[in-house]
Amino acid sequence: MNRRHFLHSSTAAAGSLILPHWKLAAADLAAREPMPVSAKKALADAALNAATRAGATYADVRIGRYLRQFISTREDKVMSVVSTEDYGAGIRVIAQGAWGFMSVDQLTPESIARAAVEAVAIAKANSKLQTEPIQLAPQKGVGEVLWRTPIKKNGFQVPLAEKVDRLLSANAAALKAGASFVNSFLGLVNEQKYFASTDGSYIDQDVHRIFPQFQVTATDTKTGRFQTRASLSAPSGRSWEYMDADPKGKRPGITPRYTHSYDMIEDAALAAEQAKAKLSAKSVVAGQYDLVLDPSHLWLTIHESVGHATELDRVLGYEANYAGTSFATLDKWRSKKFQYGSSIVNLVADKTEPGSLGAVGYDDEGVPTKSWPIVKDGILVDYQKTRDQAHVVGQSASDGCSYSQHWSDVQFQRMPNVSLQPGKKPLTPEEMIKGVEKGVYIIGNGSFSIDQQRYNFQFGGQLFYEIKDGAIVGMLRDVSYQSNTQEFWNSCVAICDQRDYALGGSFNDGKGQPPQSSAVSHGSATTRFNKVNVINTARKI
Amino acid sequence: MANLSESEARSILQKILALSRADECEVTLGGGRSANLRFARNAVSTSGASERLSLSVTSSFGLRSGSATINEFDDASLARVVRTAEELARLSPENPESVKLPGPQKYLEPARYFASTAGLTQQDRVRQTAASIGICREAKLTAAGFLEDSTGFSALANSKGLFAFQRSTGVDFSITARTEDGTGSGYALADFNDASRLDAAAVTRIAARKAAMSKGARAIEPGKYTVILEPAAAGTLIDLMVGSMDARSAEEGRSYLSKAGGGTRQGEKLLDERVRLYSDPLHPEVPGSKWTQDGLPQRRIDWFEGGVVRNLRYSRFWARKKELSEDKVALGGGPTIMDGTDTSLEALIKGVKRGVLVTNLWYIRMVDPQTLLHTGLTRDGTFYVEDGEIRHPLKNFRFNESPVIMLNNLEALGRPTRVKGSLIPPMVVRDFTFSSLSDAV
Repeated sequence: MNRRHFLHSSTAAAGSLILPHWKLAAADLAAREPMPVSAKKALADAALNAATRAGATYADVRIGRYLRQFISTREDKVMSVVSTEDYGAGIRVIAQGAWGFMSVDQLTPESIARAAVEAVAIAKANSKLQTEPIQLAPQKGVGEVLWRTPIKKNGFQVPLAEKVDRLLSANAAALKAGASFVNSFLGLVNEQKYFASTDGSYIDQDVHRIFPQFQVTATDTKTGRFQTRASLSAPSGRSWEYMDADPKGKRPGITPRYTHSYDMIEDAALAAEQAKAKLSAKSVVAGQYDLVLDPSHLWLTIHESVGHATELDRVLGYEANYAGTSFATLDKWRSKKFQYGSSIVNLVADKTEPGSLGAVGYDDEGVPTKSWPIVKDGILVDYQKTRDQAHVVGQSASDGCSYSQHWSDVQFQRMPNVSLQPGKKPLTPEEMIKGVEKGVYIIGNGSFSIDQQRYNFQFGGQLFYEIKDGAIVGMLRDVSYQSNTQEFWNSCVAICDQRDYALGGSFNDGKGQPPQSSAVSHGSATTRFNKVNVINTARKI
Repeated sequence: MANLSESEARSILQKILALSRADECEVTLGGGRSANLRFARNAVSTSGASERLSLSVTSSFGLRSGSATINEFDDASLARVVRTAEELARLSPENPESVKLPGPQKYLEPARYFASTAGLTQQDRVRQTAASIGICREAKLTAAGFLEDSTGFSALANSKGLFAFQRSTGVDFSITARTEDGTGSGYALADFNDASRLDAAAVTRIAARKAAMSKGARAIEPGKYTVILEPAAAGTLIDLMVGSMDARSAEEGRSYLSKAGGGTRQGEKLLDERVRLYSDPLHPEVPGSKWTQDGLPQRRIDWFEGGVVRNLRYSRFWARKKELSEDKVALGGGPTIMDGTDTSLEALIKGVKRGVLVTNLWYIRMVDPQTLLHTGLTRDGTFYVEDGEIRHPLKNFRFNESPVIMLNNLEALGRPTRVKGSLIPPMVVRDFTFSSLSDAV
């Protein structure tokens, strides 16, 4: 169904009421006017005071209203339109040196105070299992402050028809270009978060995220084979303006790749052609290849092999029972000589980059956000920390890495954006490819897996191009590469410059018990890694 | 507030249905209380409790539908969630794949609620955890683990007169014990609906033994090995295979169950003849939900029997499209159950001439949906077995293997155990593909 089609069918059903309906729905989806800050402050104070009276030496409260909208489609049909809204508060306390947490979904001064008292009781019970009291890095109260994601067009207020139309138009483009099937999806998130603590902070934040995506499938009934190609979009710390298909947001090349703005229709049409081409692509010959990795692919390798490996809670053993620990141990960091990567590798942690998923004004324990180096000139120089971890590495301040997915979950250390800094010398992907004798150029992220200490990993992708003697000679399939984190980053020999820099990211990064999801971006420019082990993943069943 | 009685739930659902102006309206209400205690470095880390109640409304006008959820229950909020769902429905294009809501149904009654679990207190959690940490500390091990319990309900009603209500409880405990020098690691887990069956100390002793045994791991060349997969290791791969049995995908030519030239592999022998995989909501070890996502009754479904594909999973739309009666096809599912034997894990190991004992697999991801090839790694207790004896610990491996190939290469099955909600036997499998070594412990 094309755009006109959809508008026509909506109009036919809703008659002359269509515009008022849009307005109504838009207003509903954006929820009521957010609760006045004064009301949130009153509730927060009720919780903080109750916790303190019950014996807490520290308390924070997060009052949240979380809005989400999901639209999913396949071919010319809308499969579901879902709008969710969730409101409540989580109270975290320290009492007798231990953490306690309680959440509540019916918010009155009385109920929130009762929850605070219960959190204190849990902390006191937990203190029997505590070996040393929690130590919080000092954080001066910031008073009453406000931070908003600088969005230009609130996706929740965009008419549903426009959003549906974009997805169906992308599907139509893919089908026209020969796709057998296409599924597309749009996710919008708005976290309206209010944080208050006994340090004297009252922080009101309005955070937005968007993720458009699709998967195109090409089937060959005769052979029974099929191939897919997923969108090259990135989840973004923006809203509907990301869908503007601004030509300035496009990096040209063998296939367009996107930065601050996404052309979903163009990408879907190309995806169909490329999925079909993958059906008859050459199956890769296993062996060592030089890899040229596009930002739409490399973000996930950065995420798994650097982002997670440098989370201090993992390094210390707090995630040993689930997400795992880390090879990037304190002794390696203390040596100031641990060669994480080659000397051109600079990886920066960040919670401020505009358009990134990690960008907020303050983290979920009231710490102002910042950027800081993790790997400098190839050497491991720092970790990601929260307030209760800073003292372990002899530091006096948190990095602002505390996050909770929801008011009903306790906050803990989550990954900031971790990005590979672009090369300092002018270099384009085309120039980079010219220097490769035997290689694979990989675009888009695919299958991914890494061990619990972040040594051994295996990654797939969406598009694989064979490079021979400095030129792309055709498409490959059945490609995955396996490496060891330190070997891989030390095999990094060239990074394209700032012009090629783009963010990729994860809309749902899982960690913790019970598992929580967070959203995080990773930037890079196209990067070359020499002599990486490529395996062939074709099998017969 | 979060754990409502049947009459309280019914009253809210009826209120919503009375507000509805849609042709059809379906309402689900779910809630409960969950509490957890997480520990690491032999001490508590984070711990807390949560109470939640959530209402979801799906409204339809003809072939148009929309859904909205909310967790506020004052009259204005209830009216707003109904209005939002209706506005979304009116604005959505017609979906020709829509199906009419079912009328009242008769459900089986799985025993999923246990007062022993509902009555757990923070002191109980602390006591179980203290026992676990105590065992590890005494053995000079570092414990990290997680204990979580939940008590909840769900209720479903629609404008066709259907009403359903169920309560459930659950408790999960898992523990990773690591040697102080970080060269050994052992893992064990247990989960039940009935918390009185949980013995955290007994679970911890298994993890502690494995941690001590896994010190000083040696490397052997990656390649194809006979493996003894404990239920925790085999379970995820098998769940992923059973979860990929969608009939429509198979008929559309984009599934491991698609056939060259068109059609599906239903009726074909795809696995070793000893493989029987099914789901049964009334199984006492892994009781399932009363109803499917569509509100229809869950019932026993055979997925593989004698290694033959018996059923594919249908949506109501796909059953209609294929002109198949809804009571003749598999519409739901539930916890995966795989038949085994009475053979213990120890006896399975005794029968292996040369192989690798795998406690757990980690970071399992699909590599190729065509063959269900998955990759991942061994973790927290991998051992070399020779002449029926565990000889020494092994460095961890990355594997690249398909559960379809794995269950074709079956050598022996043991006694099934509940892991992560499924009931899976330990098994011996030949030619399991390890493709590289990992330094991770």
